Amino acid sequence: MTPPIIRVEHLSFSYPGSRPALADVSLAVQAGEKVAIVGPNGAGKSTLFLHLNGILTGHGRVEIAGLAPAGKALRAVRARVGLVFQDPDDQLFSPTVLDDVAFGPLHLGCPPAEVRDRIAHALAAVGMTGCEALMPHHMSLGERKRIAIATVLAMHSEVLVLDEPSAGLDPRARRKLIGLLKTLPQTMLVASHDMRLVWDLCPRTVILDGGRLVADGPTAKLLRDAALMEQHGLETP
Amino acid sequence: MGHTFLDRYYLGTSLIHRLDPRLKLLATLAFVLVASSTPPRAWPAFALLAALALLTVLLSRIPPLEVLKRSLIALPFAGMVALSLPFTRGGQPLWTWRPFGWELTVTDRGLVLCAAVLAKAWLSVLAAARLLASTPLFDLLHAMRALRVPPVLTSTMSFMIRYLFVLGEEAGRLQTARAARSAGPGGSLIWRARVLGGMIGSLFIRSYERSERIYAAMLSRGFAGEIHSLVRLAWQRRDSWAGLAWTAALLAVVSLAHFGAWV
Repeated sequence: MTPPIIRVEHLSFSYPGSRPALADVSLAVQAGEKVAIVGPNGAGKSTLFLHLNGILTGHGRVEIAGLAPAGKALRAVRARVGLVFQDPDDQLFSPTVLDDVAFGPLHLGCPPAEVRDRIAHALAAVGMTGCEALMPHHMSLGERKRIAIATVLAMHSEVLVLDEPSAGLDPRARRKLIGLLKTLPQTMLVASHDMRLVWDLCPRTVILDGGRLVADGPTAKLLRDAALMEQHGLETP
Repeated sequence: MGHTFLDRYYLGTSLIHRLDPRLKLLATLAFVLVASSTPPRAWPAFALLAALALLTVLLSRIPPLEVLKRSLIALPFAGMVALSLPFTRGGQPLWTWRPFGWELTVTDRGLVLCAAVLAKAWLSVLAAARLLASTPLFDLLHAMRALRVPPVLTSTMSFMIRYLFVLGEEAGRLQTARAARSAGPGGSLIWRARVLGGMIGSLFIRSYERSERIYAAMLSRGFAGEIHSLVRLAWQRRDSWAGLAWTAALLAVVSLAHFGAWV
């Protein structure tokens, strides 16, 4: 078997002055897998994500394609892991779409001509071609979520890490987004409360609760287990 | 939501819209400098400045009334300062007014000074309003970066442009939530002040938390302390011509102001 692209071993982390946010979490994800991370609010999903590219560092081991997100490898890991935050107003911090989609590749050292090329491809992939000059506050939430995904596609990340991608979207925008995510070939970790999205998109599911990994298996099996879902504050789709 | 007041007329294809933002920024600053250094009583110079400002408004094909309306916002501030001038500057008394036993004397020198201060303030704001109406804010930002304005300032302005609207909407939601739980203007002044204080505090904490998430988002995409931009401004021949013409016009104003018979 090929080595996993994401390897997390015995990872623990506490925010200063509060109970552990992650406790002994281990997880391995193969390239190309789409894995859902589900669990109640405060389960540690976002905290886990921030460890994958070295924004937070806890005890234990994190490796992305064999590299630990620290020191000299930090830049390479951040290029590999594209983190999409839940609120696109956090993700999109530049005045225009062009500036924002250009931000990742430019700061990872891409030459300008290639950056323009990547922007065109990334915007085409999310169906937002021609939006370069728009300002985020002129766009709908669904459009901003798409641009947020384009900002990491332009980085050519092999791993996409999405925090609540469908939260706040109306049914049509949500369907379009799920359709888009299905077409993307990258390895994906998706945190979500949207069980139908999990069911549609991710063959594998991991349940986090209270910072602990409590289940890891095929989505079809876990999500049908009403007792397990109930126990961790979730519901079957 | 209510963002139109800031970015309503910037989309256009007039000559002024197409000029390099660096030129427009520098030209506006030069205009403000000349306007504020024009001595009182140099009325022909002021008239020429006003003509120049109106000319650029017409050339940019922005509805002139809209720009005039925007340019009036500064008058209350300038007016506060200017209002005291007619009474305090000495010179020939013109008339005297005695409200409640005070004695207020309007003098000719004071009156001239007051008019000059108002004219300078209004002309400067008019030029700035025209600049903002014919140039996208982010283009001005690129111009400032190109002109080597310190990155701390340009980044701060960039985030301000981006998050002013987000914050405004957040404040709007808080206000709606408050209104939904109280009838009419509600309560005593102290009660309302307390509620308002709570709202401001909550807005501050939310913004603080947001800033941490934004910083994490920036780090995630390779930010290492310096902001790079893809935009390269291209200086065209028309920018050189427009710059020359504007310099000549401002020099005419300066010579009119400083070497005319009214000095």
